[in-house]
Amino acid sequence: MDVLLLSRLQFAATTMFHFLFVPLTLGLSVLIAIMETLYVRTGDEDYLRMTKFWGKLFLINFAVGVVTGITLEFQFGTNWSRYSGYVGDIFGSLLAIEATVAFFLESTFIAVWHFGWKKLSPKVHCLSIWLVAFAGSLSSLWILIANAWMQYPTGYTINEATGRAELTDFMAVVTQPFASIQILHTLASAYTLAAFFVMGISAYHLLRKQHTRLFGKSFRVALYFGLIFAIGTALMGDMSGLQVAAKQPSKLAALEAHWETETHAPFVLFFIPDEKHERNLYEFGTIPSGLSLIAFHSPAAEVVGLKDFPPDERPPVTVTFVAFRAMVGLGFLFILLMGIGWLLRNKLEDSPWYLRIMLLAIPLPYLAIEAGWVVTEVGRQPWIVYKVMKTSAAVSPIAVSQVLPSLLGFVLVYSLLGFVAYYLMFQFARKGPEPLKTGE
Amino acid sequence: MMLETIWFVIWGILWAVYFMLDGFDFGVGMLMPFLAKTDEEKRTLYHSVGPFWDGNEVWLITAGGVTFAAFPLMYAVMFSSLYSALMLVLFALIIRAVSVEFRSQVASPAWRAVWDLGMFFGSLLPALLLGVAFGNIFRGIPIDGEGVYHGTILTLLNPYGLLTGVVFVMLFLVHGAIWQAIKTEGDLHQRSLSAAKKLWIVLLLVAVVFLGATKFATKLWDNYAENPVLLLIPLAAVVALLATRLLLAKEDCWKAWFASCVTIVSCTLFGVIGLYPNLFPSSLDPAYSLTAHNAASTPLTLKIMLVVALIFVPIVIAYQTWVYVLFKAKVTKEDLAQGAY
Ligand code: HDD
Ligand code: HEM
Ligand code: HEM
Repeated sequence: MDVLLLSRLQFAATTMFHFLFVPLTLGLSVLIAIMETLYVRTGDEDYLRMTKFWGKLFLINFAVGVVTGITLEFQFGTNWSRYSGYVGDIFGSLLAIEATVAFFLESTFIAVWHFGWKKLSPKVHCLSIWLVAFAGSLSSLWILIANAWMQYPTGYTINEATGRAELTDFMAVVTQPFASIQILHTLASAYTLAAFFVMGISAYHLLRKQHTRLFGKSFRVALYFGLIFAIGTALMGDMSGLQVAAKQPSKLAALEAHWETETHAPFVLFFIPDEKHERNLYEFGTIPSGLSLIAFHSPAAEVVGLKDFPPDERPPVTVTFVAFRAMVGLGFLFILLMGIGWLLRNKLEDSPWYLRIMLLAIPLPYLAIEAGWVVTEVGRQPWIVYKVMKTSAAVSPIAVSQVLPSLLGFVLVYSLLGFVAYYLMFQFARKGPEPLKTGE
Repeated sequence: MMLETIWFVIWGILWAVYFMLDGFDFGVGMLMPFLAKTDEEKRTLYHSVGPFWDGNEVWLITAGGVTFAAFPLMYAVMFSSLYSALMLVLFALIIRAVSVEFRSQVASPAWRAVWDLGMFFGSLLPALLLGVAFGNIFRGIPIDGEGVYHGTILTLLNPYGLLTGVVFVMLFLVHGAIWQAIKTEGDLHQRSLSAAKKLWIVLLLVAVVFLGATKFATKLWDNYAENPVLLLIPLAAVVALLATRLLLAKEDCWKAWFASCVTIVSCTLFGVIGLYPNLFPSSLDPAYSLTAHNAASTPLTLKIMLVVALIFVPIVIAYQTWVYVLFKAKVTKEDLAQGAY
C-alpha cells in the first residue's frame, strides 16, 4: 500500500460518492421547478403538493451532495499537492470561479426556498427554485471545464524556469469542445436519472393505487422530461465518443479493447478482453468497419491500437471496457423504457408490469452514471493531465500513516451517511405526500 | 507585485468574512447542549441558524478556492502539510451539516441526541482546529524548500497554536451567544444574553494573553512596528471588543452582534497583515517561506480572477444580505409548527 494507491482510492471513493447525489440534485431541481411553475400558473393544488413532496426528498439528497463536495474541493491540496502546484495557475481559478458564481447562489437560494414559503409571494418563491436549478448547472459547467482541461489541456504553456504550467489563453480553456460536450452529456444524464427517480417512486404509489392523481401527474411530467433527455444523453454520448477518438486515442483503444492499429476497424458486439496476452477472447458478432464508423463517422478511418502505446501509457483496459459497455447498453435500455412509457402514457395505471419495471429501474441510471465517470477517469490513466503529467507525479509528499486513516474515515463516515440518507429518503418516499409536516 | 498584494488582502478578507459568518453558527452549535433545555428550545436554536449556515460555509469553500487560484503553491503546501488537521476539520463539517439536516427527520429522542452531539463536536472541532492552524501559520511551520512538512499533527498542538485555537473558540462562543439572543424570546433569550456577558470576560482574558504571547512566539508585531498606521487594526479589534460588552449591557443585541463581527474581522486581519508578505512562513529557514510573491499565480490569472471577484462578490454580498434581512425576525412558535427542524 503506497500513498499513491491510497490517494487514488480515496479520490475515487469520495468523487463517486459525491456523484451519487449530484445528478439527482441537478435533475430534480429542474423537475421541482417545473412542478412549482405549473402550480403558480394554474393554481392547481396538486402541483403544490407534488412540489412539497419531491422537495422533501430533494433536500435530504441536497444536504449529502453539499457535504461530500467540500471534501473534494480540498483534496486537490491535501492529496494531489504536486498537481495543484503544477497546474494551479489554470485549474485553481476554475474551481474558485465555480464557488463564487455558483455555490453561493445555490446554497443561499435553497435556504430561501426551504424557509421562505410564508415570507415570499408564490412567484418569488418559485423563482428561488429556478435559481437553485440554474446554479447547479452553472456549478457543473465550471467543474466540468476544469475536468475537461485535464482530459484535453489547452491555452497554457510550461514555464521552464518555474517548472509550472501557466495560463496563456483563458477563452481557449473555457470554450474548448471537450468541455461543452462533457457538460451537455453529464447534464442530460443527470436529468435522465432524476426522471427515473420520480417515475420509479410514482410507480410504487400507482401500483398500490394511492394518491393516484398526484403520482399520475408526477409520472407524466417526468416521463416527457426523461424521454427527451434519454435521447439527448445518447446523442451527446456519441459526440463525446467523437471527441475521445480525436483527442485521446489511448482512451478510445481501451474503451473498445482494440489492440491493433487498422483502418476499417470492425466493431465487435461481444468479447472478453485478455489484457495479459494483449488480445480478445470469444469474439462474437463482428460488424465490418463498425468501430471506424462509430468513432470517426467514417468507415475508412484508422483506429490506433493499444499495442502502439508503450505499456506504461495504457489505461487499465478491462475496467474501462466493461464500464463503457455497461453505460452504452443501459443508455439504449433507457430510451426503450421511456419509449414504451410514451406509448402507454394514457393507460399507465392499467399497466402494472410496466410500473413494476420502472420501480425496479431506479438504480440503473445511477449505475450508468458512475460507469460513465469510470470510463472518463480511468480511461485517462496513467495521466492526471492527458499527455502532460502522470498521476504518479501528482501525489502529495505525505505519509501512509496520514492517508490510511483518512481513507478509512471516509469509508466509515460515508457508508453511514449514505445509509442514513437513503433510509430517510426511502421512508419518506414510501409514506407519500400526505403528512407533509416535518417538524415535531 | 501590486496584483499579488491585492490578492493577499482579498485572501485575508475572505477568511475574515468566513470566520465572522460561520463563527456564529459554530457558537450556537457549541452552546446548544448548555443553553437549550427542552427539545423545543433546541429546535429554536436549529432554526436560528437554519437558513444561514450553508451560505456561510461557502465562504470557506471560496477562501479555499481563492487560495488555490491566487496562490497555488500555498494551497498545495498548506493543505498537504496540515493534512490530518484539515481532514479532521472536514469530517467535523460533514457531521455538523448532516446533523442539522437529519435531526428533525425522526422524532425519537435517542435519534435526536445523536445528532445533537454531532452538532456540538461538528462546531467545536473546526473552531478549535482552524484556530490552531492559523496560530501555527503565524508562528511558522516546519516545511523545507520542497514544501515537505517535517512534523506530525502533534507538532501543531504547541502552546501558542492551542492558545490561538482557544481564542477562536471564545470569539465564536460570544458571537453565537449574541446571535441566539437576537433570534430567541423569553427565557432562552435571557439565558443567551447572560451567557454572552459571562463568556465575554473569558474572551477578554484570553485575548490579552494572546496579544502578549504573540509578541514572543511570532513576528507578527514587526510589520506594525514598521508601519504604525497599521496599529489601527488591532486598535479596532480592542474597541470593538469593548463596545460589544457595552452594547450587551444595553441589551442592544443587533448592535452588539455587529461589534462582535468587527472584532472577529479585525482580529483575523491583525494576524494576516502581521504575516505579510508571508503566507506560510517556514520555521526551518525563512528562505523556504511561501510568500505572496513566490507562491502566486501569473498576472494573467490574477487579473482574470480580480475581474470575476469584482463583479460577483458584490452580487453575492447583496443577495446574502437580502436573506439575512428576510429571515431577521425571532424564531417563533409558528415557525416551529410549520417548521423545517
Ligand atoms: C456535474 C456536476 C458536478 C461534478 C462533476 C462535481 N460537482 Fe460538486 N456539486 C455539484 C455538481 C458537481 C452540485 C450539483 O452543484 C452540488 C451538489 C449538491 C450541491 O449543493 O451542489 C455540488 C456540491 C459541491 C460542493 C458544496 C457546495 C456547497 O456547499 O453548496 C463542493 C465544494 C463541490 N461540489 C466541489 C466539487 C469538486 C471539487 C468536484 C470535482 C472533483 C465536484 N464538486 C464534482
Ligand atoms: C463527480 C464525478 C466524478 C467521478 C465519479 C470521478 C471519478 C474518478 C475516479 C473513479 C478516479 C480514479 C481513477 C483512477 O485512479 O484509476 C478519479 C480520479 C481523479 N479525478 Fe475524477 N471523477 C469525477 C469528477 C472529477 C472532476 C470534475 C475532476 C476535476 C475537476 C476530477 C479530477 C480527478 C483527479 C484529480 C483524480 C485523481 C488522480 C487520478 O487518479 O487520476 N474528477 N475520478
Ligand atoms: C447511449 C449511449 C451513450 C454513449 C455513446 C455514451 C458515451 C460516452 C463517452 C464516450 C464518454 C467518455 C467521455 C470522456 O472520456 O470524456 C461518456 C462519459 C460519461 N457518460 Fe456516457 N454515453 C452513453 C450513455 C450514457 C448514459 C445513459 C449515462 C447516464 C445516465 C451516461 C453518463 C455518463 C457520464 C456521467 C460520463 C462522464 C462525464 C463525461 O465525460 O461526460 N452516459 N459517455
